Amino acid sequence: MRYLPLTQEERKEMLQSLGVDKIDDLFTSIPQQMRLNTDLDLPEPLAEAELVRHFSELASKNNDLKSSVSFLGAGSYDHLIPSAIKHLVGRGEFLTAYTPYQPEITQGVLQSIFEYQTLICELTGMEASNASMYDGASALAEAALMACAATRRELVVLPASLHPEWRDVVRLYLESQNVSIAYLPYDEATGVVDAKAMEDISWSEAACVVVQQPNFFGLLENVGVFKKVAEESGALLVMAVDPISLSLLKSPGELGADIVVGDGQSLGNAMGFGGPSLGFFATTGTKLIRRMPGRVVGETVDTDGTTGFVLTLQTREQHIRREKATSNICSNQALNALMAAIYLSLMGKEGFKDVGYQCLQKANYMKQRLLEIDGLSSPFSAPSFREFVIEGDVDWEEVNMRLAEHGFVGGLPLERFGQPGRVLFSVTEARTKDEIDSYVNLLRGLIS
Amino acid sequence: MTKRRLVPLIFERSAPGRRGYRLPDLDVPEVPVTELIPSEFLRDEPPALPEVSELEVVRHYTQLSRLNHGVDVGFYPLGSCTMKYNPRVHEDVTSLPGFAAIHPYQPEETVQGALELIYNLSEYLAVISGLHATTLQPAAGAHGELTGLMVMKAYHEQRGEGHRNEVIIPDSAHGTNPASCAMVGYKVVEVPSNERGAVDVEALKGLVGPNTAGLMLTNPNTLGLFDENICEIAELIHDAGGLLYYDGANANAIMGIARPGDMGFDIVHFNLHKTFSTPHGGGGPGAGPIVVCKDLAQFLPGPVVAKEGDRYTFVTPENSIGRVRSFYGNFLVYARAYAYILSHGGKGLREVSETAVLHANYMMNKLKDVYQLPYDRTCMHEFVLSGKWQKERHGVRTLDIAKRLLDYGYHAPTVYFPMVVDEAIMIEPTETEPKSTLDEFIEVMRTIAEEAETNPELVTSAPHTTPLKRLDESRAARQPILRWEKA
Repeated sequence: MRYLPLTQEERKEMLQSLGVDKIDDLFTSIPQQMRLNTDLDLPEPLAEAELVRHFSELASKNNDLKSSVSFLGAGSYDHLIPSAIKHLVGRGEFLTAYTPYQPEITQGVLQSIFEYQTLICELTGMEASNASMYDGASALAEAALMACAATRRELVVLPASLHPEWRDVVRLYLESQNVSIAYLPYDEATGVVDAKAMEDISWSEAACVVVQQPNFFGLLENVGVFKKVAEESGALLVMAVDPISLSLLKSPGELGADIVVGDGQSLGNAMGFGGPSLGFFATTGTKLIRRMPGRVVGETVDTDGTTGFVLTLQTREQHIRREKATSNICSNQALNALMAAIYLSLMGKEGFKDVGYQCLQKANYMKQRLLEIDGLSSPFSAPSFREFVIEGDVDWEEVNMRLAEHGFVGGLPLERFGQPGRVLFSVTEARTKDEIDSYVNLLRGLIS
Repeated sequence: MTKRRLVPLIFERSAPGRRGYRLPDLDVPEVPVTELIPSEFLRDEPPALPEVSELEVVRHYTQLSRLNHGVDVGFYPLGSCTMKYNPRVHEDVTSLPGFAAIHPYQPEETVQGALELIYNLSEYLAVISGLHATTLQPAAGAHGELTGLMVMKAYHEQRGEGHRNEVIIPDSAHGTNPASCAMVGYKVVEVPSNERGAVDVEALKGLVGPNTAGLMLTNPNTLGLFDENICEIAELIHDAGGLLYYDGANANAIMGIARPGDMGFDIVHFNLHKTFSTPHGGGGPGAGPIVVCKDLAQFLPGPVVAKEGDRYTFVTPENSIGRVRSFYGNFLVYARAYAYILSHGGKGLREVSETAVLHANYMMNKLKDVYQLPYDRTCMHEFVLSGKWQKERHGVRTLDIAKRLLDYGYHAPTVYFPMVVDEAIMIEPTETEPKSTLDEFIEVMRTIAEEAETNPELVTSAPHTTPLKRLDESRAARQPILRWEKA
């Protein structure tokens, strides 16, 4: 075995030092009838070269988006990723470390998380961020549970314009703790939630109201409408935000959010078939900060007075509080958070604004070009950012299949989410005018 | 007063107007932003991100990395975390565009290779666990626990036994076990350990009953000991109508030797970042798939992958609990575990566990005369010493011993866990270390025991050679500084 350095000689020597003859003698505490007497039924071991060949074969059965042009989004985005990121996160000191339990020899991970927390605070306008969570959807579920604990109420109000998979995750987490959910319908014409939708909710029981910005359809919600009901009822305002949109949009802090979550994949992380990614989680105010789930890094000093960093506020956590912890979460997505931090540092203030600006301009360009095609329309009137919905009497699955031959993956048909005839396009800064024009022309030829 | 830091913060390197990346010029006609988004939605100022060049970014993170210990840097005997070597080829094969650059919503026909990988890995984990069906959705061990308990709950509810709300957990269990129970509204009932460090079966008999939903057990347990009474325990729980949950944190001891399914467990989670060598990444990403018995397959989160002829397709189990994460879990992480399994095969995995157990016993045997060994039995892949003698005789605590180890270039073992051992020192050498490393570490542990006796001050004031000295953790918690602010 290529990863096992023990020689036969050494093995013998070790067994001897233990006074046993054979390795089986070390397993006598496992009852005989439970021991496996055959090898596990797995394929024969592959040498490194064979492994590479196998993976290359599998990879070749996938149509990757380096060779195809994609307009898919809905929670996973094809943004440009600077080369430096993979080289830095590939360093063994980051890659092969674990949670920084010994701060004296893990300042690298600790400082990078402290910087990450600061960057998330800058984006969201919140006072404190945790060290990251599994993904945006589970971060939202944790935010809803935290709101319940903070308000001692057991109703969570979700917008129907929330990403359907996020809604499923939140629902499962909440149902497990017998928390009720109420849904806010979106207006069919605008595609966003309006004040009218707020009427039928028993707000006095609500722990929080959630708004996704932009929403699942890429549209900008009027956060003020959510803030107003939250303020009047004592419910917390939880915002699920797209981090790239925060380059242009008002920060959740300015809008009065109490908890802000989101998925950080678009910050320098590969799409990777949906994972790994990171969920970010930020909040404001001492009381809420002390209820945050997950790891948190804080600044302190060592015995010589040099500034350094440690895991802190650990009395919230499972290894100390056990069943009374604020969450069961143990690890974070440190390496993904590191990618996000490096991404934001490389982009910088101006570069990050450019990313948002180009997404907005390119998405709008494509939307206008598509609307020039007879039979296609825009079902929703609210302003959008990087994604938009197009409607037409078209079988979009079929269209995608036909255009795949030309190297396009197309948009996401919303039929799977119960909206036949509609398709969700995402256009990032990585798309070019040529790609957009070619797609639109091919589509026109196909459906007109 | 300026703070003295090892490495300045990235924000402190910032200069207005500098940038580290340039986008291609915008090639579509521009429309004023306010024509697209009403101004009340817009920021006045972009977020205050650092303004630094690419070189400064590269240098900054390289400097930070040099302050960090990893498996690549040196021995990392962190008990219960299985800090084994992470093969580099896994980084290469999972960064192929065919894996890294695919979108979760591509049509199934265009991602057959990814679905095949998911299908195969699900099968292999079923083989290794001796159970039936797998979900790869959970993103970490604790997430797997949560998922498994949700499945447990769905099972009881379907049988009209939703009143079952108690989960029995040994006092030596990981903190995530009780915390995960709380997340699904289950009440934790703690069962004590007996004098051999295993579940006290007599006490357990008094705790099972009509409200028992299940029992969560790590086996080998957190003392590194295999629970010999597992047959009896399984029978007790099953007879009472409960389910058995296997916390796979310690699965590195049993691959190819015994299978949780054969021990009577109904639900298993694996920590792929431990047993199956996906890099720990400074605290994640991990992956915590669960594997369940036939009866429970209907409840798994969806989608899972099925094979229809030569084609792979996503299906949702009949009575699926729903989703615990978006998309399909940490795909690029579990793809590395798939590579690991393929590199080893059945025999190889067995050899991994055999070697891990041999290494642990070898070390334990060479240390037990200088550190108290509370349970003097053959251990599995890890063992727990106590720093009690050093504390009582010389006023040197386990924390001091841990810090002194840093001076010698090692990461410390897990300390003060499990809580059933006073001054616990939990050592897990793993199978990938050469014997010379084990011998050197044994020597250093013996030296520190000697230092504790002859020069306790040297140990209690450690570490001496690390980039920072001991950090003031209580100050960090008392006056939290959780972000940088411009002076």
